[in-house]
Amino acid sequence: MEAVADTMVDVRAALRRDARRRTATALLLVLPLALFLLLTFLVPIGALLWRAVDNPEIARAVPRTVAALARWDAESPAPDAAYAAFVADLLALREQTDAGMLARRLNTEVGGARSLVMNAWRAQPLPATGDAAAVRAQLIALDPRWEEPWIWQAIAKNGARLTPDYLLAAVDLKRTTDGSIVTMDADRSAFRRILARTFGIAAIVTAITLVLAYPLAWWLSTMAPRRANVLLIIVLVPFWTSILVRVAAWIVLLQSGGLVNQTLRGIGLIDEPLALLFNRTGVVIAMVHILLPFMVLPLYSVMKSIPREYVRAAVSLGSHPLAAFVRVYVPQTYAGVAAGGLLVFILAIGYYVTPALLGGPEDQMLSYSVAQYANVHLDWGMACALGSVLLAATLVLYAVYRRFARMEPALA
Amino acid sequence: MKSNAIEAPWERIGHFAVRALCVGVLAFLLLPIVAIVPLSFSSSSFLVYPVPDWSLRWYRELVESAEWIRAAQNSFIVAPAATLIATVLGTMAAVGLARVRFRGKDALLSVLIAPMIVPIVVVGVGTYLFFARFGLTDSYAGLILVHAALGTPFVLTTVSATLQGFDHNLVRASASLGAAPLETFRRVTLPLIAPGVISGALFAFATSFDEVVVTLFLAGPAQVTLPRQMFTGIRENITPVIAAVATLLIVFTTALMLALEWLRGRRATVAR
Repeated sequence: MEAVADTMVDVRAALRRDARRRTATALLLVLPLALFLLLTFLVPIGALLWRAVDNPEIARAVPRTVAALARWDAESPAPDAAYAAFVADLLALREQTDAGMLARRLNTEVGGARSLVMNAWRAQPLPATGDAAAVRAQLIALDPRWEEPWIWQAIAKNGARLTPDYLLAAVDLKRTTDGSIVTMDADRSAFRRILARTFGIAAIVTAITLVLAYPLAWWLSTMAPRRANVLLIIVLVPFWTSILVRVAAWIVLLQSGGLVNQTLRGIGLIDEPLALLFNRTGVVIAMVHILLPFMVLPLYSVMKSIPREYVRAAVSLGSHPLAAFVRVYVPQTYAGVAAGGLLVFILAIGYYVTPALLGGPEDQMLSYSVAQYANVHLDWGMACALGSVLLAATLVLYAVYRRFARMEPALA
Repeated sequence: MKSNAIEAPWERIGHFAVRALCVGVLAFLLLPIVAIVPLSFSSSSFLVYPVPDWSLRWYRELVESAEWIRAAQNSFIVAPAATLIATVLGTMAAVGLARVRFRGKDALLSVLIAPMIVPIVVVGVGTYLFFARFGLTDSYAGLILVHAALGTPFVLTTVSATLQGFDHNLVRASASLGAAPLETFRRVTLPLIAPGVISGALFAFATSFDEVVVTLFLAGPAQVTLPRQMFTGIRENITPVIAAVATLLIVFTTALMLALEWLRGRRATVAR
C-alpha cells in the first residue's frame, strides 16, 4: 500500500518535473526572438518615449543658473545671483556649439533668445566677475533685454531634466510660467486638429471598407469553397502588391486626364475633370483599396462558420427574409465586424505613405507630423511626443482588439 | 444564397444587386493594379490612355539606370537577410510556444505580435534615435535588423497556425525510437510544418520588400531600396519608368502569392 503511494508521489513529481522542463524548453526557444525584439523594437520605442520628455540642453548647459533660479517667483526681477551664475555658466561653455545648442533650445521657447544668448557668450569674459550686482549691470549694459524676466522664465521653466512640455504641446496644451496648464492660443495650436483629422479619415475609411466588404464576404461565404478560393485570390492580389505600386496606379487613374475622369466624361456625367488627386478623395479611395482585404478576410472567416439554419428557421416561422437577415444573421457576424473594423481603424491611424503621396497639405495625418518634425524641423522632442500620442492611441485600440477578437491580426 | 423555388421578384432583384455590388468591389480591387501595366509598354512619356504605340523604351531606361539597379540590388540584399532572421527566430518561438501554457503567455504573445500593430513611423523614429548611438543608421545592418523585427509576427502566426494541426505523437514516437530532440525537429517536425514556415517566410519577405517608412529614416543614400526609390520617383515626377517598375513588381509579387496559395493547398492535403 505504502509502495503504491510512493510510486504515485513519484509519478506526480515526475509529471511536474516534466511540465517544468517543457516550459523551460519553451521559454528557451522564445528567448532569442524576445531578446531580438527587445533590442530592435522595444528599446527603440522606449528611446522615442524617453526623447518625448527628455530636456537635457538647459540643465546641462547652465546648471548654476538653474540652481540660482530655483526659488525665484518668476515675476519679480531675477536675483543678482542668477546673473552671476549665468555668466559663470557661459564661461564654462568652451565650445561655440555648446552655446549654440543652448541658444537654439531657448529660442524654441521664446523668440529672440538666440541672439541674446549668443551675444552674451561672445562678450565673455566680462571685466568684473566677482560682485553679482556688477555682473548684472554689465549684462544689462550689453543688452537691455537682460533686465526683462522672459529669458529667465524660459531657463527656470526648463531647468528640470524632464519636461512635460512636448507631450502637452502634442495635444495643444502648454505650461505657463506659474506652472498651470492652459490651452494653447488658437493661432499656435494645430495638433488637436490633426489628431481629429487622423481619427476622422480612419473612421471614414473603416466605414467604407465595412460597407464594401460586408456583402462581398457574405457572397463569398455562400459559395462552394473552391470557387470562393479563386475569388479570394482577387482579394489577396492587392494585399500582396506593393503599396507604392498601388499609389502609383491610383495617381495614373485619378489624375485629371486619367481613366476615371476620361470614363466619366465619355459617358457624359461630367464636363470638367473632377479633382480626385492631392485631396481627401484620393487619400480615402487609396486607403480603402489598401485596407479592404483586412476587412474582407475576418468577415469571411466568421461568416463561413455561421450555420444557415437559423435564418431559415426565422423565415419558416414567418419572418420577412430581410428582417430575418438583419435580426438573425447580422448579429452573428458582430465578432467579424468588430475584428475587421478595429484592425482597419488601427492600421489606418498610422498611415503615412498614402496621404503623403496622394493628399494635399490639409489631408496629412499624425504620422506625417511626426516625420515632418523629425526630418524637416529637426525637433526630435516634438516628433517623439507626437509619436507617443499616436502610439498610445494605437495601443489602447489594440488592447480592445485583443479583448474583442481573441485572434491574431493575421491574414494567414 | 441558395435559390428558393418560391423567390419573390424583388428578392431576385436584391440578390442581383448584391452580386453586382460584389463584382464591382472585386473590380475596384483588381482593375487599378491591372490598369498601370499597359502604360509601361507605351511609347508616350505621358501616363495616359489611349496608348499611342507600343514600346519597351521605359524598360530599357530602367535597366540602364544606375539608380534603379542599385535600388533593386539593395532590396534583394535587405529582404532575404531580414527574411532569414525573421524565419529562424519566429519558427523557434512558435515551436516553443506551441504546447505550453504559462502565466503571462497572452501578454508575451501581445508583445511578440506588436510589430504588426505599432505605427510604422513610431518604429522609424525610435530605431533612428536608438541605432544612431551604435552607428547603425545609414547601414545595411540596421535596416536588416528592423525589417526582420517587422517580419517576425508573420512567421510566428503562420507557423503557430500550422502547428495547431500537428500531431505531437510523431515527436514522441521519434524520441522513443532514440532520436535526439534536434534530430527529431530536423527530420520529423520541420518537414511537416515546412509549408507554414515557408509561407511565414514569404510574408516576412514581402514585408521587408515593401517597407518604405523605416527605410526613409534609417537608410543612407547607399541603402536606397526599390520602395524608397519609388517614393522619391512618385513624389518628384511620376514617369512611365515607375509604371515599368510597378509592372515588374506586380509580376514578382503575384508569383510569390501564387506560390503561397499553392503551399496552402499542400498544407491542407497534409493535414488530411
